Amino acid sequence: MTRKTRRLYFVILGLLGLGAGAALVLTAFQDNIVFFRSPTDIADGKVSGGQRIRIGGLVETGSVVKNGEDISFSVTDMSHSLKVQYRGLLPDLFREGQGIVAEGRMEPSGVFIANEVLAKHDEKYMPREVADALKKSGHWKEGEETMGSEGSAVQKGMTPTSTAPAVTEEPAKTP
Amino acid sequence: MHRFANPTQFMRIANAIFPWAAGLAVVLFVFGLPIALITSPADYQQGDTVRILYLHVPAAIMAELIYYAMAAGSAAFLIWRHPMANLVAKASAPMGAMFTALCLICGMLWGEPMWGTFWVWDARLTSTLIMFFFYLGYLALGDAFEDPERGDRASAILALVGVVNVPIIKFSVNWWNTLHQPASLSLTKSNMTGDMLLPLFLMLGAYSFFYLAVLIIRVRSELLAAKIRNARMSQIAGHEAAQPAE
Repeated sequence: MTRKTRRLYFVILGLLGLGAGAALVLTAFQDNIVFFRSPTDIADGKVSGGQRIRIGGLVETGSVVKNGEDISFSVTDMSHSLKVQYRGLLPDLFREGQGIVAEGRMEPSGVFIANEVLAKHDEKYMPREVADALKKSGHWKEGEETMGSEGSAVQKGMTPTSTAPAVTEEPAKTP
Repeated sequence: MHRFANPTQFMRIANAIFPWAAGLAVVLFVFGLPIALITSPADYQQGDTVRILYLHVPAAIMAELIYYAMAAGSAAFLIWRHPMANLVAKASAPMGAMFTALCLICGMLWGEPMWGTFWVWDARLTSTLIMFFFYLGYLALGDAFEDPERGDRASAILALVGVVNVPIIKFSVNWWNTLHQPASLSLTKSNMTGDMLLPLFLMLGAYSFFYLAVLIIRVRSELLAAKIRNARMSQIAGHEAAQPAE
């Protein structure tokens, strides 16, 4: 074996080792890497009470009650929902049906007291006319599965308010 | 492969490509920027803020691709000791760092109005920041040794260590839940309309040719610097040889 081949194997082995190590670490810290928990996680008792957490899901339609600066609404992942209370400014994208992430604490009463509410938008972009046309023609599908290959949309807690089908067929080759 | 290891051959090809790369970069910027920032349609829910996408997404793509190029050059340098591969890796690093910074800054300016925050520590944002640190570490480590050869080897190893992080950036939005949304484009599917894809690809093209042009300039000046160093060394050696030995 020449020195070059030896170095080649060394680099390949090193990369494989690093990759395997990274995979193990990321799997082990899975629970810490997720940015937010779903209302189902809370309902299943996977999250211990009292600590600061983030929850994510869709703002349930018809659940938003505004009383001055005090806002209460429910966050749902379609199988469970959670009451959230918040006082402060909401992001512009906040509305019923929108994906949001709220940071705060679970109260013993089962209400989530949020200190911060962030909006989470989807990966679809289109001009307003196209969105209107899709809605008009009935191709606008609310809450359709669009969240990539694995896991249900709801599990990932980021189903957008308006998930139209892919609007173009252009082949694209970029991430 | 070995043909490109010869600096003369490499520069002959690079010099032929250079005017095209520089020209295309200028043309694509001139056409792409007005379309991206002015004439392309506003988004149905984000309005004009969506225009940040045309600066942010191509920067992210370039940052990741350049990292792969830098890692490949570093691997070729470590395994086959190709000095040209190392030069390309070294010349790419500042460009990659710049594109990563652009991606992060545009992303923060986009996150504030849309998400309601400049920064969160979700998997996508954090792994991108880690890539930025790998770029900076690569640049710093290469200069941290007195023996430049050792510095080159150390930084090449660092580049290879960091390459593990790049696919994590790409797939972070699929593996974990994040505040950042999943990719809008894949090989088979697009979640953007054609009139939005056009400025995106124009800007991606502009960035790519800009990178290529600057890469050629940097490699060329590195080769010239090496030539000057060698000439000085032989001059000094010649002087010493001319001195009468004591």
